[in-house]
Amino acid sequence: MASYSTNEFKAGLKFMMDGDPCSIIENEFVKPGKGQAFNRVKFRNLKTGRVNERTFKTNESVESADVVEIDLEFSYSDGEFWHFMDPSSFEQYAADANAIADSKDWLKEQYVYTVTLWNGTPLLVTPPNFVNLAVVETDPGVRGDTSGGGGKPATLETGAVVRVPLFIEIGEVLRVDTRSASYVERAKKD
Amino acid sequence: MLHNEQLQNILKRRAKLLANVRRFFSVRNVLEVNTPILSSAAPTAPYLDNFSTRFEAGSDSKVLYLHTSPEFAMKRLLAAGSGAIYQIATVFRNGELGRQHAPEFSMLEWYRPGFSLTELMAEVDALMQQVIGLPAAVIFPYRDLFAKYLQLDIYQADDVLLKQIALDCIAGLTADWQTDRDGWLEMLMSEVIEPQLKALEMPVMVTEFPASQAQLAKIEINAEGYQVASRFELYAGGMELANGYDELCDATELRQRFEHDNQLRLQQGKPQMPIDENLLTAMQSGLPQCSGVALGLDRLMMLELDEKNISQVQGIAFIES
Repeated sequence: MASYSTNEFKAGLKFMMDGDPCSIIENEFVKPGKGQAFNRVKFRNLKTGRVNERTFKTNESVESADVVEIDLEFSYSDGEFWHFMDPSSFEQYAADANAIADSKDWLKEQYVYTVTLWNGTPLLVTPPNFVNLAVVETDPGVRGDTSGGGGKPATLETGAVVRVPLFIEIGEVLRVDTRSASYVERAKKD
Repeated sequence: MLHNEQLQNILKRRAKLLANVRRFFSVRNVLEVNTPILSSAAPTAPYLDNFSTRFEAGSDSKVLYLHTSPEFAMKRLLAAGSGAIYQIATVFRNGELGRQHAPEFSMLEWYRPGFSLTELMAEVDALMQQVIGLPAAVIFPYRDLFAKYLQLDIYQADDVLLKQIALDCIAGLTADWQTDRDGWLEMLMSEVIEPQLKALEMPVMVTEFPASQAQLAKIEINAEGYQVASRFELYAGGMELANGYDELCDATELRQRFEHDNQLRLQQGKPQMPIDENLLTAMQSGLPQCSGVALGLDRLMMLELDEKNISQVQGIAFIES
């Protein structure tokens, strides 16, 4: 397995820590007074999503993690696994419930998602920042109210619930920001 | 790479800073000097790494080291009777690359024969106020900082306690971390105390360092009867800006410190460095009592321009060189 020395540390570098793949968020070279230098590293555990800090002695090395990000199309779920496909090679990947935990409300067939693979297995599925989804359930629209004030909950076709303006009706397609789970606008008609 | 406009601004501010520094010393009758960058000797400090190169001239070929500061050469000038001198030099330190570190940077170093450390600290303070408009510095002995911010008496605390406090206070430090007493003290200083000094929003001069961190400073007995290094460090804006000594003038003791450093290097599997015999000879012939200080000019620029990264004030940064 390849390894990285602290002088190769930079944001985005993927490495193994306590058996889990991690990604560096921030690396700082510190040299206290006239003493021994070290690196103060902030990183995300890609399995748990948790952010940690760790101090490394300069020239200490860590094992690299075989982590890549690829764009895959969501095919279907069989209830246990969520199946994705590489649209160019048609290769199939099965993600478990952990991998889709943060994105399951945004999974729609044929949409493309960023999938983080660790040793070839999906570790994390990230939805695009914006998706267009149809409203399947909401209280009847209030005509003429386009102020956007107040609002009401609407259930989308993927199961996500977002707050929408009062004038939104069942069947309308909305543009939604997946990072904040919030309504942006009515989707433009193609 | 900086935008052209940013770069032009940096170049102008830098030139102005250098002009102001030169004016400051000219008024005070301190002589500007230049000393060689290449030397056949090098500092022995265990955590200071040189760049080296080779002089190629047939049988005269030899290894030469790029200076990490102009200190040794300037002390030879002082021993030869130069009087008060200063130098603005590019210095080189291998392996040091980070937000506040560049492997080559500008250093302002000056020596004042006859000055006590207190007098030199006052001059550093005056320079900071005049050149970049900082408020007056506050002075804390090293011991007081640990008492104030960590409720710790460094003269009583053993290494086990220092390690325990470091593990409690510093996120990301693991129990298998190994270092010596000075390592723990420096870790607590840089990770716990320095961020609090930054919050004071005024320059801080730290004095009375532990004798084990004396480097090339004299060791003296302080008011409480403890051995301390006659040395100060200036911190401002969360950065260490300057390091000053009441200079050790005893060649025998200096040789012992160099040899001790080389022993530490050996234990750590690092190369031992050739001791500067020219410096020791000059010191034997008589280095006048003097105080001297080295100040990082790039960090001073960072402070003046409120830049967080040293590469932003160097015009052409190391990674683009």
